[in-house]
Amino acid sequence: MKAGKHTLQHASGAHMKTSDKEGRLVLSLGGRLDAVSTAAVWDDALAAVRGSRLGEVGVDCTDLEYLDGAGVALLLKLRETVEDERGGSFKIDNLKEELRQILGMVWGCTPPRWTRKEAERRMGLAERVGHYAEDAFKQFKHMVSFVGESVAIICYCLQHPRCVRWKDVWLSVVSVGVDSLSIIMLIGFLMGLIMSFQSAVSLQRFGAEIFVPNMLGLVMFREMGPLVTSILLAARSGSAFAAEIGTMKVNEEVDALVTMGLSPMRFLVAPKVLASLIAVPLMTMFFNFASLVGGALVMLSMDYPLVTFTSRVFRLLGYLDFAGGLFKACVFSLLVAGVGCLRGLETKTGASAVGVSTTSAVVSGIIAIAVADGVFALAFYYLGI
Amino acid sequence: MNEPAITVRNLTCAYGDFLVIDDISFDVQKGEIFVILGGSGCGKSTLLKHMIGLYEPRQGQILIQGDDIVSSHGRKRDEILRRFGVMYQMGALFGSMSLMSNIMLPLEEFTDLPREAMEIIAKSKLSLVGLEDFVYNMPAQLSGGMKKRAAIARAMALDPGILFLDEPSAGLDPITSAELDELIRTLSRSLGITFVIVSHELASIYSVADRVIMLDKRVKKIVAEGDPRELRDHSDNEFVRHFFHRQAEVRFGADMECPETHKEP
Ligand SMILES: Nc1ncnc2c1ncn2[C@@H]1O[C@H](COP(=O)(O)OP(=O)(O)OP(=O)(O)O)[C@@H](O)[C@H]1O
Ligand SMILES: [Mg+2]
Repeated sequence: MKAGKHTLQHASGAHMKTSDKEGRLVLSLGGRLDAVSTAAVWDDALAAVRGSRLGEVGVDCTDLEYLDGAGVALLLKLRETVEDERGGSFKIDNLKEELRQILGMVWGCTPPRWTRKEAERRMGLAERVGHYAEDAFKQFKHMVSFVGESVAIICYCLQHPRCVRWKDVWLSVVSVGVDSLSIIMLIGFLMGLIMSFQSAVSLQRFGAEIFVPNMLGLVMFREMGPLVTSILLAARSGSAFAAEIGTMKVNEEVDALVTMGLSPMRFLVAPKVLASLIAVPLMTMFFNFASLVGGALVMLSMDYPLVTFTSRVFRLLGYLDFAGGLFKACVFSLLVAGVGCLRGLETKTGASAVGVSTTSAVVSGIIAIAVADGVFALAFYYLGI
Repeated sequence: MNEPAITVRNLTCAYGDFLVIDDISFDVQKGEIFVILGGSGCGKSTLLKHMIGLYEPRQGQILIQGDDIVSSHGRKRDEILRRFGVMYQMGALFGSMSLMSNIMLPLEEFTDLPREAMEIIAKSKLSLVGLEDFVYNMPAQLSGGMKKRAAIARAMALDPGILFLDEPSAGLDPITSAELDELIRTLSRSLGITFVIVSHELASIYSVADRVIMLDKRVKKIVAEGDPRELRDHSDNEFVRHFFHRQAEVRFGADMECPETHKEP
C-alpha cells in the first residue's frame, strides 16, 4: 500500500527549520508529525523557542503533510510556552484545510490549568505522621470491632444452626482443609525431619540425642503446629477469602446482597470463618502427625527402635498441651479468616484494589497471628500450662 | 389513601467532598413508570443507590411506602428492603452460582416454599426474560445483555412492589429491548408494580415512561420533570431540548484561533 510505504519512509520524517524574519521567529515544520517523529523534534522545537528572545513566534506549516494527536500536542505546547511563559504572540500559517480541522478540535478550548501542587499538596512531616497514626488507629479499631462482630455472628450461628448455609460451609471446609492436606503434611514432615536432624547432630556430642523425641513432641504440639498451620491458612485461604469477597465487592455483588436484605456478615463471612474453625484443628493434627513421622525417620536412621521414639514423645506431653495447642489453632484461624474477610469487604473499586486487599489480608493475618501467639505465650506461662 | 410509593425529600448526595446531587425532592406514585434521565456522570446511579439505602445521604429523607429507609435499621430495615428489587448497572449476579441458584437465593432466604416450588418460580422468571435455555449456566458464560436480563429476573424473584432498574436496555438489541419495554409495561399495568428506571434510550423512554425527571451535572439538581413527549416539545430549557432531540452540545465553535480560518474564500 502506498500509505504504508509512505509511513515507513518518513518513520522519523519530520523536519524543522528555524529562521528570523523581520523580528519574528519562524519555525518551519514539514513532513509528518505523528507520535514517532514528533518525539524526535519535540526538544529541538521547544529549545528553539525558549532560546530566542523574539516575542513573536510563527509556525510555518507549508510542508506539513500529516498531523495527529502528538503533533497537535507539540503545537499546543509551543503556544503555551510562547504565550504564557513569555507573554509573546503565536501564529500558525499555511496549515492545510484538513489538518486545520484536526487542530481545531482542541485549539479552541483552553486546556485546564492543572495546579498539581494544589491537588497534591505536600504535607509536612508532623502532619503526615499524624495522618498515619490516625489511619493506623482507625484500622486497628475497625479490626477489633470486626473480629468482635465475627465472634458474635459465630455464636449466633451456633445457637441458630438453621440460619447457616451449611452447603457453603462444607464447600469452604473442602477448599480450606481437604485441598491443603498435601501441603500441610509435606511441610509438617519436613519440619519434623529438619528439627530432629539438626538437634540430633548437636545433641549427639553430649550423647543426648535420645531427648530429641521429647523436644519434638513438645515443640510441635504446643507451638509449631498451630503457628505453621495458621500461617499456611493465611497464605492459602486468607488471601483467597479476601480476593473472593473483594471481587464480589467490585462487581457490586455485595451491594446486591445488602439490598436483598442479606447481611454480608452472615452470608459471606460466617461460612468462611466457621469452615476455618472446623478445618484448622484437624489440619493442625495432621501437621503434628506428619512432623512426628519426620522425627521418627531420623531416629530410625540413628538405630533407635520405633517404640523408644513413640514412648518418649508422649512421656512429657499431657492432654493440656494438646488441648492448648488446638485452642491456639482455633483462635488463630478465627483471626486469619476474619481478617481475610474484612480486607475483602474493605476493597475499594477497581481490579487493582482486589490485589491490594489480598496482599493486606496475608500481611495482617500473619501480624495478627504473631501478636496473638505472644499473648498466648505470656498467658500460658502465668497459668502454668 | 393515595400515598406515593417513594418520596424523596431534600436529598443531598456526596462522595466525600464531591457533591453529586444537591437538595432535590420528588415523589414516585404507586404503579407509575418513573424514569431518571441525564447525561453520563450526572449522578443517576448515585441517586438510585441512595434511594435503595445503599449509601447514607448527606442530608434528606427517603420514604419507601411511607417508611424512612435512611433512619431505620435492624428488622424494620430488612422489611423495607424486602419491598423492592434492584437491577444493578453491571448486573451484579453472584458469579459463583448458576442463574437458577442466583434467582432461588432470595426465595430460599425469605420464604418457606418447598424446593420444587422455588425451582418453578425461578424457571418462570427466567423464561419471562427469555433465558429459559440458560437456567443452569454460570453468569460468566453469558453475554452482557443476557446478564442484565438475568439480573432483572432476580430482582423480580420475590415479586416486589417496586423495581429499580439501572439502564436495563443499554446493550440490548432493538428487538429484545422492545420486548423488555413490553414486559415492563405489562408488569406495571397488570400487577401494579412501580418502576424506577435509569435510562438513556429515547425510544424506550417514549414507550414506557409515565413521568421523567432529568438531572443536570452542572446545577446538580432536577432541571425538568413531567411527561417526556411534553418536555421534548415544550421545554424551555436548552439542555432538555438537546437531550430529547439528540443534539450535541456546542463545545468547540467554528472560531478557532487559526488566522487562516478567516482567509477562506
Ligand atoms: N464510589 C464513588 N466514589 C467517588 N465518586 C463517585 C463514585 N461513584 C460515582 N462517582 C462520581 O459521581 C458522579 C456520578 O456518578 P454516577 O455513577 O451516579 O453517574 P451516572 O449518572 O450513573 O452515569 P452513567 O450514565 O454513565 O452511568 C460521577 O462524576 C462519578 O465520578
Ligand atoms: Mg450509571
